[in-house]
Amino acid sequence: MDFRNGQELLELCEKKQMTISQVMKEREITCGTLTDKEIMEKLKTVLSIMKAAVNEPLTHPKKSNGGLIGGEAKKVSDFGNTSRSICGSLLNKAISYSMAVLEVNASMGLIVAAPTAGSSGVIPGVLLALQEEKLYSDELLYDALLNASAIGYLLMRNASVSGAEAGCQAEVGAASAMAASAVVEMMGGTPQMCLQAASIAISNLLGMVCDPIAGLVEAPCQARNSIGAANAITCAELALAGVTHPIPFDEMSDAMLRVGKSIPFELRETAMGGCAGTPTGCSLGCGMCS
Amino acid sequence: MNFLSIFDVIGPNMIGPSSSHTAGACSMALMARRLCKEPICKVVFTLYGSFAKTYHGHGTDRALLGGILGFGTDDARIRDAFELAKEFGVEYEFVIDEKTITDHPNTADIAMTGVNGYELTVRGESIGGGKIKIVRIGNIDVEFTGEYSTLIIKQNDTPGIVAHISQCLSNQNVNIAFMRLFREDKGATAYTVVESDELIPESILAEIKRNPNVHEIMLVQV
Ligand code: SF4
Repeated sequence: MDFRNGQELLELCEKKQMTISQVMKEREITCGTLTDKEIMEKLKTVLSIMKAAVNEPLTHPKKSNGGLIGGEAKKVSDFGNTSRSICGSLLNKAISYSMAVLEVNASMGLIVAAPTAGSSGVIPGVLLALQEEKLYSDELLYDALLNASAIGYLLMRNASVSGAEAGCQAEVGAASAMAASAVVEMMGGTPQMCLQAASIAISNLLGMVCDPIAGLVEAPCQARNSIGAANAITCAELALAGVTHPIPFDEMSDAMLRVGKSIPFELRETAMGGCAGTPTGCSLGCGMCS
Repeated sequence: MNFLSIFDVIGPNMIGPSSSHTAGACSMALMARRLCKEPICKVVFTLYGSFAKTYHGHGTDRALLGGILGFGTDDARIRDAFELAKEFGVEYEFVIDEKTITDHPNTADIAMTGVNGYELTVRGESIGGGKIKIVRIGNIDVEFTGEYSTLIIKQNDTPGIVAHISQCLSNQNVNIAFMRLFREDKGATAYTVVESDELIPESILAEIKRNPNVHEIMLVQV
């Protein structure tokens, strides 16, 4: 049982009366080499790595390898406990957690690329914040990860999740779409709503360039992960409320790839343009545009 | 492999910060190590393209060395690879080559010396998402990913040898996914690379070696 695009995924969900996560698991068992038990074990490992990566920088912040970031997650999380915080608990957690994972990533810690290392904060940020706020079980999160991987698989297959190929919209944008869809399923939304959320998430971040300062996956990447997380929560809320996007998911994924291909080379992970190409960006040591 | 698994999407589990600059680098060195038939005591890495420019901030150096020490992409010991190399008795050196233009921006040459003097240089490319390709062994261009069980045969480029290899494969019922011949020059040294989606039985090595024109065989199982 396999599906090649969002349309086929929805048809399968309809025909088999299954959720996206169930279809994705079935696909893995029938087309891949893993058993149900092995899939669950691997998901368990994934979730435990994600949890550790969220917690570590909040308790033991440290500077990154490149020295551009470190300690921001704790700052944001601490600020969330003050009366001046404006995000509310769920959003504050989602963004600070997503930033935490990027700190672990940038200091050579263990993370799960989801779908890439540069965008690895979005999915754990959103899912773990929701779990804490709503007291959800780990089991529900395994399904959320399966749902997210279905969206990620479609984007990898039909578009791109590489910053060098299609800009940051393909990394953080893809992660955001994956997380948005996962949240919708967690909250009892339909498969259609999941793809709606993913479409809105992509369209919100369409055209986002990849411009890592000094070529390091640190800044603006860390803040991009926070916006990916916030965007995912927003889009899930819209979809759950019944808001739709006029463009179907498959066309959105296509649009993302086409936009990506027309993003100039300087803005696709070469550290030559955007944030990286500013005078300050250059002075921070990339030496790429010289 | 063409099948994209859940864990290709939500994964790999890896030491950051970059799937292509860290995880990919580690995997290519790990693969190089598997191709070296003796325990390694010395390694020289030559970094090209974007590896040459950003290796330090991305920990590409530690990831490469970690791979040579046998660490997987999710092994936290990668961070301490420099210190651990001493313990493991592996000397290392990094050469930065910003001049040579390579086919892929993330390319490294890995020159290994074994404890008994065996020498092998392998060139790898990190092609994104932690995936890699080995594109050169010694001075012969090859191509394989290590995602399949792979048999690499170093041989003389003489008639009959490919037939001998395929005979051995069919005797052992190995289903070939890809089989390619790469050679230096007509009649000189050549490599046959065979990829299979199943495990390749170890016993095939002795059978293939029986042909005097076969110099060396490497087997990488998945
Ligand atoms: S800016 Fe580039 S490197 Fe940073 S997260 Fe976005 S795509 Fe990845």
